[in-house]
Amino acid sequence: MQQLLNTALGGLTLGMVYAAFALALVLIWRSTRVVNFAQAPMAMVTTFIALVIVDAGHSYWLAFAAALASGLVLGAVVERVVIRPVEGGPEINAVILTLGLFIVLHALAAVVFGNRYRSFPAPFGVRGIEVGGTTIALTGFGIFTILAVLATMGLLLLLFQRTDIGLRMRASAFNPEVARLLGVRVGRMLTLGWALASLVGSLAGLLIAGGSLVHPGYMDSVVVYGFVAAVLGGLDSPFGAVVGGLLLGLALSFVSGYVGSQLVALAALVILMLVLVLRPGGLFAQTAARRV
Amino acid sequence: MAALRTRAAGWWSGSILGRHLLVALLGLVVVVAVSESVSDFRNLQLASMAYLGIAAGGLTVLTGLNGQISLGHGALMAIGAYTTALLLDDREASTPLPLVVLAAVVVTLVVGIAVGAAAARLHGPYLAGATLALAVAVPGIALYFKEQLGGEQGLRVVVPDIPTWALDLAYFVTGQDLTRSRYVAYLAWFTLIVTFVLLANLSRSRVGRRWRAVRDDEVAAELAGVRLGRSRVSAFVVSAAAAGAAGAMMAVTVRLAAPSGFTLTLSLTLLSAVVLGGLGSLAGALIGAALLTFLPQVVTDLGVDAGLSDIRAAELAPLVYGVVMVLVVLLAPAGIVGTVRGAVLRRRGRSAPPAATTTGAAADPTTSTSTSTSTDAGPDPGASPGTSTDPDSTATTTSKGSTT
Repeated sequence: MQQLLNTALGGLTLGMVYAAFALALVLIWRSTRVVNFAQAPMAMVTTFIALVIVDAGHSYWLAFAAALASGLVLGAVVERVVIRPVEGGPEINAVILTLGLFIVLHALAAVVFGNRYRSFPAPFGVRGIEVGGTTIALTGFGIFTILAVLATMGLLLLLFQRTDIGLRMRASAFNPEVARLLGVRVGRMLTLGWALASLVGSLAGLLIAGGSLVHPGYMDSVVVYGFVAAVLGGLDSPFGAVVGGLLLGLALSFVSGYVGSQLVALAALVILMLVLVLRPGGLFAQTAARRV
Repeated sequence: MAALRTRAAGWWSGSILGRHLLVALLGLVVVVAVSESVSDFRNLQLASMAYLGIAAGGLTVLTGLNGQISLGHGALMAIGAYTTALLLDDREASTPLPLVVLAAVVVTLVVGIAVGAAAARLHGPYLAGATLALAVAVPGIALYFKEQLGGEQGLRVVVPDIPTWALDLAYFVTGQDLTRSRYVAYLAWFTLIVTFVLLANLSRSRVGRRWRAVRDDEVAAELAGVRLGRSRVSAFVVSAAAAGAAGAMMAVTVRLAAPSGFTLTLSLTLLSAVVLGGLGSLAGALIGAALLTFLPQVVTDLGVDAGLSDIRAAELAPLVYGVVMVLVVLLAPAGIVGTVRGAVLRRRGRSAPPAATTTGAAADPTTSTSTSTSTDAGPDPGASPGTSTDPDSTATTTSKGSTT
């Protein structure tokens, strides 16, 4: 019973991070029709930036803010410099570019920061909270993770639903040509979208890293889980991505707790294949409409 | 007259097989000549080039001809390699090598069908995502089934003794004794040649035409009676089978199947090799494989000279691949083979005055690599890199039209 509860709580925390990462993928997919596989190394690079700041003796929160800010900048730069030239061209070119970026950032981080595992600090306790004499698997950092992701989602929701700039971003993602005719600077909106997505990705990277080990490949599996979560939610819906992330986090936590942590990625693959066979439009798809 | 034309077309399509076999034979001669004149160490490197080439060949068919991306060819190679390792686990293992390779191909094929049937039939990023998941998942399987698959250490592969007829034949042809490394190099290159002949024929056949049709225009292909899902899945499955053969050869060459050999980096660098060589071109895949084999040593040495530690310098090679891959897509989407082919076509166009006017932009060689390769090389201007490396696709379609 205790293990069941702990597995579920661990899954909830991880699911929040996967939800954030899936959200980052969905934001870019909606506006640019690219699944940004380079999101993983981008988040990894910003985490290493935070680690350098922490190692230099500054506070965790300064490093946290710096990582998020560098995520924002990195996303904008990548969109402007790498993705913009092939926008509107064949999809495969943009995908290949994100993969090239994947390799470049990976190798660059290994050259600059080294290839070994390094421990990353956490601002809150990473030991379970005691409730009535038993320790449950919800840590202080876990609570911070959940709150941070919820706050980010709330802010994004406000941005997209309640502000003028959010409306313009939605318009440029929905129909760039009409939006452009109506005076929206679509290019800038795309850059902003990438920057925001990259910021959310960085947040996910920091939350995964906290109290744990980082190395250049530590986010590679997270991009897979984020992708599976996004597909669970239909790849087009931010809400679906969040629900998909939570479900996937729970499912993978149970696989990890009861079967073996080595098979977590395989379980994600199996879930992905099942979803694609049974409900390719995601769990919440209403009609199987496809524009030809 | 029409009958004559039909017969001419029939002879031409028949000669495609002949031409491929002729190229294969020439390739075999070159392989023997090169392999006999270099050291044992170089022969092992040649063998690595061959297995990377086989995998890249499969990937280039998938990406170039069908427009899909697989990020899991490294993992598919792992499946082929582990199958080989399980079949060749001790010296008494009596399974003949061709059967072992066949078994590796079949097992990989089954995995390819499972993943492909779920992910490849759909339009969108699903195959890329699913194969990425495969690439991340496969090493974990080897770690989980420690007893059967050897965990982190992996499985040793015992290559069977060289058969006497091979020793005799090698001595008869070359006058030298056949060393083990040379034997492995021959095995790998022979597999490569067989795979490439099969892939080349397939891509020039009705199946390959359907793949291209689906890549270029889904709606038109569907209207013409091509079943999109089936065509996409078949392209992935063929590509996976090639990766299985590559994995078998890798196991025989390295004599080990371990999770550390099949990282995500392997899958991604294979893709970079294919992009660099030119999507859809088997020659390009071979060039890419050569770069993957011989470049790391050069780049790592440069890095060490520049003062980096060995481990960090080893990461310079993937860095170069990644940068080159980005630059190729941005500047010369046709890759090496496509760009060279485009330049040749332009030169031909210039020597014939009427054609020269159509490629006016080619007068300036500095800008032409980025702007006009795709227009010159391909039937479909400004299309994907896959389209542009395919100058003969229209010709094939018309000539085949009369034979079917």
